[in-house]
Amino acid sequence: MSIDQHGLDPSADGTAALVAEDRPPRSLLRSLLRNPFAIASLAYILLIVVVAILCPWIAPFPPNKTDLSAVNAPPFTGGHLFGADASGRDILSRLMWGSQQTIIACVLVLTVALILGGISGLIAGYYRGRTEAVASFVSDVAQSLPGIVMLIALYSLIGPNIPAAMAIFGVIVAPSFYRLVRSVVVAVRNELYIDAAKVVGLSDARIVGRHVLSAVRAPVIVQSAFVLATAVAILAGVDFLGLGDPSQPSWGRVLSDAFNNIYTNPANVIWPSLVITLMILSFILLGNALRDTLQASFRSATLRPGRRRTLARSAQDERVAGVNDLTPPQDVILAIRGLKIGYPTSNDEVREVVHGVDLDVRKGEIHGLVGESGSGKSQLAFSTLGILPREAVILGGSIFFEGKDLLADPARMRAARGRKIGYVPQEPMSNLDPSFTIGAQLTHGLRAATGLSKSDARTKLLALLARVGIADPERLMRLYPHEISGGMAQRVLICGAVAADPELIVADEPTTALDVTVQAEVLELLRELSRERGLAMVIVTHNLGVVADICDTVSVMKDGRIVERNDVDTLFAAPADPYTRDLLVSSRQVELMEAEDG
Amino acid sequence: MLLYLVKHLLRAVAVLLLVSFATFAMMFSNGTGVARAVLGLNASEEQVQAKVAELGLDRPLVVQYWDWLTGAVTGDLGVSFFTGQAVTDALETRVPVTLSLIILTLLLTTVISVVLGVTAALYGGWIDRVLQFIAVLGAAIPPYIVAIGLVFAFAIAVPFYPATGYIPATDGVSAWLWSLTLPVTALLIGSVANAAAQFRGAVMDTLTQDYVRTLRSRGIRQSELLFRHVLRNSAGPGLVVLSLLTLGLIGGALFIETVFALPGVGQLSILAATGGDVPMVMGTVIFVIVLVLIVNILAELLGALLNPKVRIR
Repeated sequence: MSIDQHGLDPSADGTAALVAEDRPPRSLLRSLLRNPFAIASLAYILLIVVVAILCPWIAPFPPNKTDLSAVNAPPFTGGHLFGADASGRDILSRLMWGSQQTIIACVLVLTVALILGGISGLIAGYYRGRTEAVASFVSDVAQSLPGIVMLIALYSLIGPNIPAAMAIFGVIVAPSFYRLVRSVVVAVRNELYIDAAKVVGLSDARIVGRHVLSAVRAPVIVQSAFVLATAVAILAGVDFLGLGDPSQPSWGRVLSDAFNNIYTNPANVIWPSLVITLMILSFILLGNALRDTLQASFRSATLRPGRRRTLARSAQDERVAGVNDLTPPQDVILAIRGLKIGYPTSNDEVREVVHGVDLDVRKGEIHGLVGESGSGKSQLAFSTLGILPREAVILGGSIFFEGKDLLADPARMRAARGRKIGYVPQEPMSNLDPSFTIGAQLTHGLRAATGLSKSDARTKLLALLARVGIADPERLMRLYPHEISGGMAQRVLICGAVAADPELIVADEPTTALDVTVQAEVLELLRELSRERGLAMVIVTHNLGVVADICDTVSVMKDGRIVERNDVDTLFAAPADPYTRDLLVSSRQVELMEAEDG
Repeated sequence: MLLYLVKHLLRAVAVLLLVSFATFAMMFSNGTGVARAVLGLNASEEQVQAKVAELGLDRPLVVQYWDWLTGAVTGDLGVSFFTGQAVTDALETRVPVTLSLIILTLLLTTVISVVLGVTAALYGGWIDRVLQFIAVLGAAIPPYIVAIGLVFAFAIAVPFYPATGYIPATDGVSAWLWSLTLPVTALLIGSVANAAAQFRGAVMDTLTQDYVRTLRSRGIRQSELLFRHVLRNSAGPGLVVLSLLTLGLIGGALFIETVFALPGVGQLSILAATGGDVPMVMGTVIFVIVLVLIVNILAELLGALLNPKVRIR
């Protein structure tokens, strides 16, 4: 049984650790107490601890006292609440004494694993280099071996000695803490390297130590809960296999006694099974609750399906009622009316991020959508293609494409997506499927949109790839995404967007991730394609330079609203909204700075 | 690709040497302890010393290890201290039992948890909640308790399956499967709960990738997107889940063999460990390490085949 069987999330170490917030422990306890699972788990663990401490006084019988008259006594008879075993020993008392051993084992495992894993993680993360390589190799090897097999092998060395076995188990699970601490130290060190050098009088080690401590606390607490769950299972397992000290009462021993006697007295297996399972369950639930509380990244904000449906229905009712009226001028291809988009927050509420936006794009027009990050401009772009993230909720409004509301009918949206409306993403490298060749994914997409035959699709794509400036299209089709440059990848993606001869292209920051020289080329390509094919475009960007370069009209977005809309020349010459003015001033300053640097 | 494979094979050999030496050192360093364990508590000091000399435990550790290693390479893992049976002979009869158990469970787990995990990731809602609930429960109930529960239910309360014992496949495949039904089920419950939750996570991760959104924007149908692109890209992480799962199963099999009295390697290792039969323990440890290394190499190899970055280099 490896730790990973107990629901340890590999992503729980590493970067997730750094997102953990720095909260005072008191509020941690308070928020834990709001979680009913956490309360129940804590209560059970606490009960076992109290019983472990008080068992010499509160256990009804001594653990090994045999009573021939009570052999296989059923529960609730003769003072034996849980009955007695085949030797006439009181099961409840033995379980109570067994909890003492369990608690001691838990403390032992955790102490050894924390000290060993923590210190080696600190050292490896701090010194890096060869120390780290060796430590990581050892940790990898130790983690790949099933712990219980190693414990059994070492039995011939240590004999029936549970504390020693648990200390060894602590060593076996230490790598899980090692990995956690090491990754945090590495990250903190990289972050603080420059700052730390500036601080006079404080050594690097002290700064790292302090920051590591606060960064590593939360994930270590979470991990500890899961490690303890494993420890309880392993401890009981070792005793169940008969590798423990027979004179010592333990949960696993009670279970194994009951199991050996299962044909005569089957009910006896229930008590130890229940006690062990509840203890493991408590640690797991506590760990989950801690993770949800401490690591915000794990808190998944979801809406109840019912609430989601209600919201969607009310938006649809408005559409049917014609609230979002469209009386378009003939040449408008895309008209967004009153679009509202929201995201669920943690407590079944929805936070609106786009607040009733209107937008018109004429045929063949290149429209810039400008705003800072978080202003909702990408959300707007995704919604026109129906590719919003799954948790997003459209709270109202309509998207008219060629006069028909795409939001009113999912089938209409599907028919438009990829066929009438093409999409050019922001980050070229992450937007190509790494497992397929360029040719395979382009052909696949084009055939899905047009139903062309394989060879027709291929011919068309080869011509188009040559058109977007690829020197050897045949060869490129055979390459995988990781073998091409970012600029090439963006050309491939543009090719994919226009291949099905759409009427509208939605481009989300199409040049942001590219080198400056490539940026100009890609913009030029987009302009040419627009002119050749009479393509309308919505270009989402935070860069006013891009707008000045390529767009005919522009909308400025701020905090989920469009604050100003105009043709480019007017907007640059006489910005009406104060926010637009700020944007213009700051972008000119950047330009000036760049000019001075260059 | 070949270089990649050779690199991993070399690493595996290094791990094998390292771990076998570490285990050997720990078990044989206390020569008198080993001899005393063989002779029992009533042996005199002279008898113990004689036994130490007889078994060659007084030689330097490195020499003993070299002896063992050269033997191991030629397929000789020594003989039992008690029965005189060759360790390889004992393993030969027991390895098939353990492997049957692990491989059957692994196959079933893969099929069931891929279906469950993918469904939960795609449809969310109640099926997702149920899966997460089962995952917690499955992790909380250790395999030996699941096994005891099954014995209780299907061998005692409703005597339907044999509670204990093993029938080799050579005596009939259906009898073999029949004797393994309960043991495999006992292992299966925990491993499905664990693996399904992990597969769900892998698919969810893939679903949030940028390229999935872009492919969707091309007009590719949901089902096609799923079967062609999402599953393909979740296979790598899924493979890691399976290799970790196999490690868990090796540990779990040990308990299951005990509960169902299956004559497998796990049972052998416990008998040998409690009896102080060190060569036999060493043999079972070597079997486990080799198995782990084979699983890891297979996982690496399949992972490399799935990943074009490695494959075409």
